[in-house]
Order: sequence, then C-alpha cells, then structure tokens
Amino acid sequence: MSTPLLEVTDLRTVFHTPRGDVHAVDGVSFSLAPGESLGLVGESGSGKSVLGRTVMGLIGSGATTTVSGSVLLGGRSVHDLRPAERRRLWGPEVAMVFQDPMTSLNPVKRVGTHLTETLRRHLRCSRADAVERGIDLLRQVGIPEPARRMRQYPHELSGGMRQRVVIATALACDPRLLIADEPTTALDVTVQKQILDLLASLVAERTMAMVLVSHDLGAVAGRTDRVQVMYAGRTVESGPTRPVFAAPDHPYTDALLASIPRLGNPPHTLLRTIEGNPPDMGRPPEGCRFAPRCGFASARCAEEQPVAAVVPGGREVACHHPILEVSRGR
Amino acid sequence: MAGSGTAHLRPDAERVVVVDDLVVEYPAGRGKVHAVSGLSLDLLPGETLGILGESGCGKSSAGRAVMQLPSPTSGSVRLGDVELTGLRARRMRAARSRMQLVLQDPVSALNPRRRVKDLVVEGLEIWGWGTRERDTFVDELLSSVGLDPETVRERRPHELSGGQCQRVCIARSLALDPDVLICDEPVSSLDVSVQAQILNLLERARERLRLSMIFIAHDIAVVKNISDRVLVMYLGKTCEVLPSASLEAALHPYTRLLLASVPDAADAGGADAPAVVGELPSPLAPPSGCRFRTRCPLATERCTIEEPVLREVRPGQFTACHHVDAPEES
Repeated sequence: MSTPLLEVTDLRTVFHTPRGDVHAVDGVSFSLAPGESLGLVGESGSGKSVLGRTVMGLIGSGATTTVSGSVLLGGRSVHDLRPAERRRLWGPEVAMVFQDPMTSLNPVKRVGTHLTETLRRHLRCSRADAVERGIDLLRQVGIPEPARRMRQYPHELSGGMRQRVVIATALACDPRLLIADEPTTALDVTVQKQILDLLASLVAERTMAMVLVSHDLGAVAGRTDRVQVMYAGRTVESGPTRPVFAAPDHPYTDALLASIPRLGNPPHTLLRTIEGNPPDMGRPPEGCRFAPRCGFASARCAEEQPVAAVVPGGREVACHHPILEVSRGR
Repeated sequence: MAGSGTAHLRPDAERVVVVDDLVVEYPAGRGKVHAVSGLSLDLLPGETLGILGESGCGKSSAGRAVMQLPSPTSGSVRLGDVELTGLRARRMRAARSRMQLVLQDPVSALNPRRRVKDLVVEGLEIWGWGTRERDTFVDELLSSVGLDPETVRERRPHELSGGQCQRVCIARSLALDPDVLICDEPVSSLDVSVQAQILNLLERARERLRLSMIFIAHDIAVVKNISDRVLVMYLGKTCEVLPSASLEAALHPYTRLLLASVPDAADAGGADAPAVVGELPSPLAPPSGCRFRTRCPLATERCTIEEPVLREVRPGQFTACHHVDAPEES
C-alpha cells in the first residue's frame, strides 16, 4: 500500500449555535490512497457534507465553529495552513463539485470564464492557452461543440451540461483529490447515470482520488472502491463497497439497505422501515447514537459508545452487536 | 389523429377516472410549451396507476390537469360520471373533494401559520362538517398516519420534520374520505428511511380505504413497488403502459433506458449497463414523429415522419414504438 494521499484522523466539527453545540462531525477517521475512490453515505443530517467541506478546508475553526483532529493532504495539515497557502491547494491538489450546478456557476459569467479563470490563476498560462485548454476540458467531460459552449452563459445549458461544466472547472488544474458532494442529486436518472459514469472514468484515467458524498446508496454502489456509512456524525461501518452492501454488518447499514424499494420486488410490497427519527444533533443520545432506533439494541448500547472494531473482510464496524456471518448463519 | 393512442383504455370495466386525449400547453414567449400532448388513461376502483418519467416529461402537469389545477387546454377528464372540464366553480369544488392531491414538498404545501390540528381538518371546515367530535376526529386522523396526536397536535409545520409534514399532508387529504388520491412525487424530497415509512403508509391507507391512486414519480423502483399498472411518459406522450409486475419485461426503448439507468445498491450492476446519449429535447419545439427518436438507438426514417400509436404487444402491455414487435409466445 502506497502512502495515503489523504489522512483524516479523529476529525470533529462543532458548530456553536444559540441552542447549544452541534457536533456535526464527531470523531471520524479515514485515509485515501492515490487513485482510490471512497463513497460517503448517510441520510440528511448525518454529517457527510460537513465532513466533505471540513476535509476541503472550507469549514475551519472560527467564532462559531471549532474543528479538531487532523486532515493531512499529501502530508500537509489543511487546517494549519495560512489562507493564501490553502487557496493554492484548492485546484491543483483538491477540488470540489457541489450538488446544485446552477448556484455553483456565476450566472453573469460565460462558461469559458469559469474555466479560464482557474487555469490562468493557478497555471499562469496565457489567455489563448487557457481558452484552448478550456475547450479541451469541456470535450473531456463530454460536452458537444465545446468551442460554442465556452461563449454561452450557464442559464443556456441544461442541468446535466451545467454539472459537466462544474466538473470540468474542478478538473482544470488536474487535482489529485476530487470531493463530489451529491453531484447528481439535482439531476434526472438518465443524466445521473451519465455523470456518475463520467466521474468514474475520469478517476480511472487520471489516477485521481475521489470522495463521493451521497445519500443515494445505489449511486455509490457501482462506482467506489470503499464505502463509509455515517449516522449522526459518526462512522458506523466502513469497508470495501461491494461486500458491505451485499452483507452489511452494522444494523443501521442493514436497515437502510432494506428500506430502499427494489425493482425486483412484486407490486404492493411493504418495505422494512427504520422506526423513529435521527437524533437531534444538539442533544445526541449517550452511547450508540443508533440505539434508540435499533432492533438489536441492549442496555449496554445506551450507555457505552461502541468503538470501531476491525471485523473479518477488512471492515470496521462500530457496534456492540454486529450482524456477523456467524449470526447470519452462512 | 395520431395522439398516443387509446388502446390501453378499458371501456368495459367500471372506472373511477377516465382521461381522454388530455392536452396541456403553456404560453411561453412567442411559442408554447407542449407539456402534455394527448394523454389518455383510466383508473379502476382500488387500482394504483404509476406515472413514470423524467423531469419535464409532463407527468406533474398531467396530474394537475386531472385535478383541474388548472384546467387542461383540451381533452376530457371524467370522475365517475361527472365531466370535470368546463364545470362551474361551485360544482367543481364539490367534485374535487372526492379527489385529493399530495405534493412533493410537504413543508411548502402547509400553511406555516396554522397548527397541525387545524391543518388536517381544513377541508372538513370548508364543507361545514360538524365541529362536535372534531378533537377525536383529529386524533384519529393523526394516529392513522402514524403521528402521535399528543406531540404534534399543537405544533406548526416548521416544528416538524419533512417526513412528519408529509404525514400531515396525507392525513388531511384523507380527511374528506376521497375516492382518488393523486400523489405527485410524494417521497422524492425525503430520506431513504423516511421514504419507506411514507410508502408503507400510502400502501396501508389504500388498502384500508379502498382508494384509487395515481402515483407520479421519477424513481422506477418506487413506482414499481406501489403500482398495479405503470404508464411511462416522455415529453408529453405515452411510451408504454404495462402491468407493474412485468415492468422489467418492458419493450419500449425509453423504458429500457430508464431500467438500465437504475443504480441498484444490491447488485452494483448499474455501471456495466450500456451508455446513454443525449438529453431531453425542448418541449417548446418537440421533435416530429416519435418524440423519443432523437435519443433512441432504434430510430429510423419512419420515426421522423410517422408518430407511433400504442398497441398491445403482449396481453396487458401497450407500447408506442414502430420497432417493437410482439414477441413470439413460446
């Protein structure tokens, strides 16, 4: 195993609000090798987006926020850099794609401007060079007639095309790490598939590492090497994507997968549900945060926070009562 | 006229809703948006019809036109034996109480200043139903949608989660004991685990109250799980109508495309499916002939000139495509 490109250790992001402290990310660790892709899944409020942004350095310690733990990108601590140094990181080292392609593009700037701005700033190339590279980037992300598109404004493009432009901008400086935060949630199913396939092929071509943040387990399933399932700010299970989804060890992962309607189900199938609601992050429960909704919970779960333990198959599961192969009877 | 055909209608059966050659057009600058062009459908008592399609295919416009919100440009909508198009306001309101609509965004569908106990019986108040047993009725309604009356009765929408708001919306649509429930993307803004709860709730309500339902959604697995019959729309036209149990045996190239785009967490096979080209053409100037031809792998000269009409390719399965042959029964 080569040295990790990204190493996140015991990361905590706390927002200080008038109603008390909200522990949005509460002790998450993971590492990512060059060319590896990680899926970060969880429901809304699980802290997956805040985690993505904290790793990027977009959320840092300040008057209303405290970040602790460490994020090492290529051996350098993202949160200890001076702002100017951190800005030099964004682009060539790490880039981000957000959910809504309309709001991440400037509506009064042409598509080309978005691309050349980044290129000229980081690579210090001439205007003509930047335009040429921009056209090439648009072609790489599968936009037809790239030269004409360069002169158009974001509103003239469809949602899928806009997201391609955002991806092209993120790729402009050839980053080593791409963080994609719900890149396809705003898009239609057929377009969603195109964008996910595009990201997967770009990762393979450029040996770029990717963190794919998504609430859609299906989106993450076929396109990442490893997956990390989040619940209420903590990692409940992580491991190689395919085996985790095929036979989850954590009761939450299991319940989440079971609640997705399957195409193979006969009509009028009642789904298995997770009763109750995710906890209020201002006052999370003691012990295991999933315990109040968990079918396997015991008295121990309410008191003692489970620590992530390595189980066979290279997975880490934070649960006192994991569904291991033994109990599944395989 | 070459609409989308009416071969799939069942004139011999007892029908709750019959929609014939529905056209919805919106003015847009000098042209007009062809949202729905000649949609026909019927609904049997206790049946759930799923309308499936991507954004911009006219599925929501169709649902609203059935409710006469607003009235369609042309075509007929019959509820029982009442023709809804062209009804006077007073009689329209009476007819509408037998049909209820559940919308995608439950928070904006509720008046933010009213309390839950008032919201759920708003419809009853309009119809001047007695207030004597009002409190018990409110509690019964709330319990029937899985809400604890004690906790939520006095709350306002912003104090509830998205899933709880959707339950309130469903409760108030059931308050008037309707015959038909039209659900327009009722679960697409909800988390996976909450989505499963709401789908189960709708399924149980349908059984208990013998409701007929039109369920509009873009998620093919969700539609399949809840419907008896599925109608696939593309750019205002019907592509295919078939029993949802045989959805995976769909023949229309567009339905096949939707099936291939489904990301499935279980088998992770989505990434291997054939690549998809292109995006939805503008509904301002839809393509001639078959509207799907610009993205269709089977398209030929004939598709440009002649519009395909729905025909029965298998018992109960109707497809509007020139290049689909009835498979030999073996």
